[in-house]
Amino acid sequence: MKRLLRAAGLAVGLLGAAGAARAGEMVNGGKLLLTGGVTNVEGAGGGGLASWATITGYETVDGVGANVHGTMVNLPDYDFRAYGASLGFRDRIEVSYARQAFDTGATGAKLGLGSGFTFHQDVFGAKLRVAGDAVYAQDSWAPQVAVGVQFKHNDRGAIIKAIGGKDDSGVDYYVAATKVLLNQSLVLDGTLRATKANQAGLLGFGGGKKDDYSLQFEGSAGLLVTKRLLIGAEYRTKPDNLAGLKEDDWMDLFAAYAVNKHLSITAAYADLGEVATFKGQRGLYLSLQAGF
Amino acid sequence: MLATRLIPTLIAAAGLAWAAPAIAAEKPVDPYTVSNANAGAQPFTGDQMLAAFHGQAGVARVVDRMVDLSVADPRLAEIFHATDLERLRRTLKEQFDYLLGAGVDYTGRDMKTAHKDQGINTAEFNALVENLQKAMDQEGVAFRAQNQLLAKLAPMHRDVVTR
Ligand code: HEM
Repeated sequence: MKRLLRAAGLAVGLLGAAGAARAGEMVNGGKLLLTGGVTNVEGAGGGGLASWATITGYETVDGVGANVHGTMVNLPDYDFRAYGASLGFRDRIEVSYARQAFDTGATGAKLGLGSGFTFHQDVFGAKLRVAGDAVYAQDSWAPQVAVGVQFKHNDRGAIIKAIGGKDDSGVDYYVAATKVLLNQSLVLDGTLRATKANQAGLLGFGGGKKDDYSLQFEGSAGLLVTKRLLIGAEYRTKPDNLAGLKEDDWMDLFAAYAVNKHLSITAAYADLGEVATFKGQRGLYLSLQAGF
Repeated sequence: MLATRLIPTLIAAAGLAWAAPAIAAEKPVDPYTVSNANAGAQPFTGDQMLAAFHGQAGVARVVDRMVDLSVADPRLAEIFHATDLERLRRTLKEQFDYLLGAGVDYTGRDMKTAHKDQGINTAEFNALVENLQKAMDQEGVAFRAQNQLLAKLAPMHRDVVTR
């Protein structure tokens, strides 16, 4: 009946914006709070350190969503900063760009790089949701699964060579599985990543110990405390390719707070372990994300 | 009041609802087979969930608020415009009571049949969930219990959303 009325409305040419939205297929926004995750260090939809199978933005299957983000991590001997943008299409495809800065600050002088020496890395990401549903399929344990690729290019090729890295660019491939368990108020993710990256690419790709892809794990476990607040922990294993510069797994404790559907804040205490001979790199991770 | 409670029960007992139920306030619907399976999910066991919703009285308040919010919601107004709200409120209360373990029978239609002509999309589905969350917040239902009910409702997305 309503269908008929709608059709009739269209037939007499009442093709206003509202009519187009109902009959047509583009509806932007509409996802439930936090179900798109936040933006992680590499610019992908996820937690803080891990890339998830969720598609960024608040769009549903009927529309597009977008985000911009800025992230910083203050470590005892370094600073990390990133900014970027991401787009989600029909809750199916995500494309993202992030520009990362790894600022050695005063430590740069001690490393012989010069004070304030900064590595920059561009990360171009794409993610395709291939199976399952994290949110609606609550009658099944099957997670939402996505496959992703991240093309990374570091602007400090000469230094990367000098520290024993094999390449200044590389491609990561990952498969992520994410599930919201509403009955337990939990959000879980487990992701496998094939990578050659040293410190996620901030120190280049491959090294004296190893110049092959290795399979690494990253995961998040979070508890929904309110519909706006997710708290949890993350872990990310890393290769250890460089002969001279040991690298550790990363972990964090995070709180992601959605002010509304346009603004969310993620704060974390991150432990990045040893970075370029400096141990105990722990500090505050802060990320701000705005979008629709 | 007693009559509106009794008649659906009698109809349920007969196993079939007729096109013209003798409930003055409700409009007739096409015949369908009455069954708790129409509620679309298995109920919780124990009385904890119903207690978290403050009993059937609390469920009634939640449903009424959710319907009020949805009728007034510009995202949904068009869909609920021609809806028989008397029947919707009654069957929703039955369905939530049933799912929350109140031992009440659900006498409404199955989710696929009830929504097949509504042309509901995912954003609208989520808008209704947001209104339900607001209603549960107002009732003071604990967030964990809210999510437990939502876990029962979320899979109905498959039957409710048709475009
Ligand atoms: C899990 C989510 C939902 C549940 C559990 C649910 C439950 C129900 C129930 C119990 C009925 C009455 C069945 C009967 O009359 O026999 C109904 C009807 C209806 N529902 Fe839903 N519903 C859901 C989602 C939605 C959504 C998202 C919308 C619109 C945005 C919607 C709009 C309607 C309308 C318009 C009717 C009346 C249909 C008619 O008059 O023929 N429902 N729903």
